Amino acid sequence: MQQNTDLNFDYKYGFSMPQNYTFKAKKGLDREGVIAISKIKNEPKWMTEYRLKAYEIFLQKPMPAWGGNLSKINFDEIYYYIKPTEKQVSSWEDLPKEIKETYDRIGVPEAEKKFLAGVSAQYESEVVYESVNKELDRLGVLFCDMDTALKKHPEIVKEYFGTLIPSSDNKFAALNSAVWSGGSFVYIPKGVKVTLPLQAYFRINAEKFGQFERTLIIAEEGSSVHYIEGCTAPVYTTDSLHSAVVEIFVKKDARVRYTTVQNWSKNVYNLVTKRARADERAIMEWIDCNIGSQLTMKYPSVYLYGEGARGEVLSIAFAGEGQVQDAGAKMIHFAPNTSSRIVSKSISKDGGRTSYRGLVQVMPQADNASVYVSCDALLIDEKSRSDTYPSMKIKNSNVTIQHEATVEKLGDEKLFYLMSRGISKSDAEGILVNGFIQPVAREIPLEYSIELNRLINLEMSGSVG
Amino acid sequence: MLTLKDLSVTIGKKEILKKINFTFEEGKIYAVMGPNGSGKSTLAYSIMGHPGYKANGKSKMTFKGHNILELEANKRAEEGIFLSFQNPLSLAGVRVYQFLQLAMKGKKDAFAIRKEVQKYAKELKISEDLLGRSLNEGASGGEKKKMEVLQAAVLDKSLIIFDEVDTGVDVDSLKTIAKFLESHRKNKTYIIITHYNRILHYLKPDKVLVIADGELKKVGDHTLANEIEKSGYEKIINSQN
Repeated sequence: MQQNTDLNFDYKYGFSMPQNYTFKAKKGLDREGVIAISKIKNEPKWMTEYRLKAYEIFLQKPMPAWGGNLSKINFDEIYYYIKPTEKQVSSWEDLPKEIKETYDRIGVPEAEKKFLAGVSAQYESEVVYESVNKELDRLGVLFCDMDTALKKHPEIVKEYFGTLIPSSDNKFAALNSAVWSGGSFVYIPKGVKVTLPLQAYFRINAEKFGQFERTLIIAEEGSSVHYIEGCTAPVYTTDSLHSAVVEIFVKKDARVRYTTVQNWSKNVYNLVTKRARADERAIMEWIDCNIGSQLTMKYPSVYLYGEGARGEVLSIAFAGEGQVQDAGAKMIHFAPNTSSRIVSKSISKDGGRTSYRGLVQVMPQADNASVYVSCDALLIDEKSRSDTYPSMKIKNSNVTIQHEATVEKLGDEKLFYLMSRGISKSDAEGILVNGFIQPVAREIPLEYSIELNRLINLEMSGSVG
Repeated sequence: MLTLKDLSVTIGKKEILKKINFTFEEGKIYAVMGPNGSGKSTLAYSIMGHPGYKANGKSKMTFKGHNILELEANKRAEEGIFLSFQNPLSLAGVRVYQFLQLAMKGKKDAFAIRKEVQKYAKELKISEDLLGRSLNEGASGGEKKKMEVLQAAVLDKSLIIFDEVDTGVDVDSLKTIAKFLESHRKNKTYIIITHYNRILHYLKPDKVLVIADGELKKVGDHTLANEIEKSGYEKIINSQN
């Protein structure tokens, strides 16, 4: 556990480097802008058309009327595409200095040395640094950025891209489909088990720049992989938009775990669509930690298509002053003997707001399905708020359902107990909050859970000054 | 070591302790006895610095010559005070070792703490299993009390207040706890808050304080505890007036 003596917490990742871009698109979005993005990337025709169609859908779709206040997003004030360097580099030394410094501060190379199987770090729209472990190559694992995947493996991309989350899914999925750039592409061949986690870091470094990464993971029959996404962003005064789309295909007997530690700075709108499809006996696990951003709306979902498939969403949300974390999960049981488990832990502090918004749907054919939902909210003070919107649509009577929800306040007695042991108030709050999220945090790889632990302690100590 | 002067304490608007005057001396054992609701636990919480227990303006509390009345609980702990809780809390997700390490503030390294914890746990007959869990999670009343005693030993403070360490504890455990306290009492001052004489058979108090209605009614030697056991509080308290 970290001890904090500095009570005036400055956002750790709130530095920004001078912008040095080779290409910067103009603000706002129109048809020509969409075509330009596709042209610069030298994309096949079908993708250009896909983008344009998505752009039309984006224009038609209304803004979501729930979840949080989106009225401040001005789509005309956003840059939709920025290319940071001329071309991709394969070694750390070749990176431009500012980018290297930025990454050094987050600790990418160190993390890589420790246990990475491959790094794909996204800086702005394009992936600039990428090292793929030889072992992955040998196993036939494909791990690259989406733009590269479209060039090198067009047939796989075309087969899966947008089939789980169509452009028409929601306004932000449509926007992403129109202007997407970067993101990760992961393909695990049949029977291959990748034991070390694959990791990617994302950052936003340009003012008013929306980041629209697109991730596609395909785990073939009997394979397994753990993908980790960690986000941090510098603080800017105007609002930034992050709107990603993540599609995951978990084939028969395969297993995918997708871990996110999201720490966007507090001016970012984080509106993400994440969905996985689980076939026969497949296991899909989302571990989703949302600490930063001004507003997050994210409901990772699992479509349980195959008999015996299992889906899990374990999430942690932290909302401090001015923050709204509207997060949850979606589980759709389409087949018999499918099971789902949702564990949500949220913490609200200094007037922050967390909401659990979940949907569990059991279709008529999903005999003997099992559903577990547990959402716990912790309120640090009287000003803060937590809401629960659990929704269940059960169309089969042969189902096991368990649902638990608790709201607790960080008790004065617990604080006094810890303080009587010589532990300061802010450390005591930190230890209690970390204890509260422990059931989810322990599922995260050590390095990340340490970082998460530190982040939460920093957030907790911020209030005491 | 600890001097209370005109200590009056209120919770909300209710005055619980009324003008307590007493000096606890270094290295001695004190028993604080009294009927239910007399203010014994309030005294313990007030000494430890619970924010809900307000001492009035004229109250004075000095520890090793420092005025500690304005200090928060963690600062009082740093001065050398430990409180063993009457109802120890269980803290979900807070590991015993992690918790003690944070409380030690780097004065001992993790390995040293672990060794010490294991040594004391053995003496107190605390199962290894309990140490691996979150603090007091799934622990019985007796086990919780033993964990308090273990924390007291590891944190090694000079003044230790045991608030009913003997209630909810079976005969064998009581004996184990009492023996442990006896063998680790060097350089320590104990304030043992209790209803019963039981624990005092093993730990002979230098002084017995009787509190009733928030007032310090009587101070005597260890025979006072026997007297209370024989004739009850009422007689003792009334005989004084």
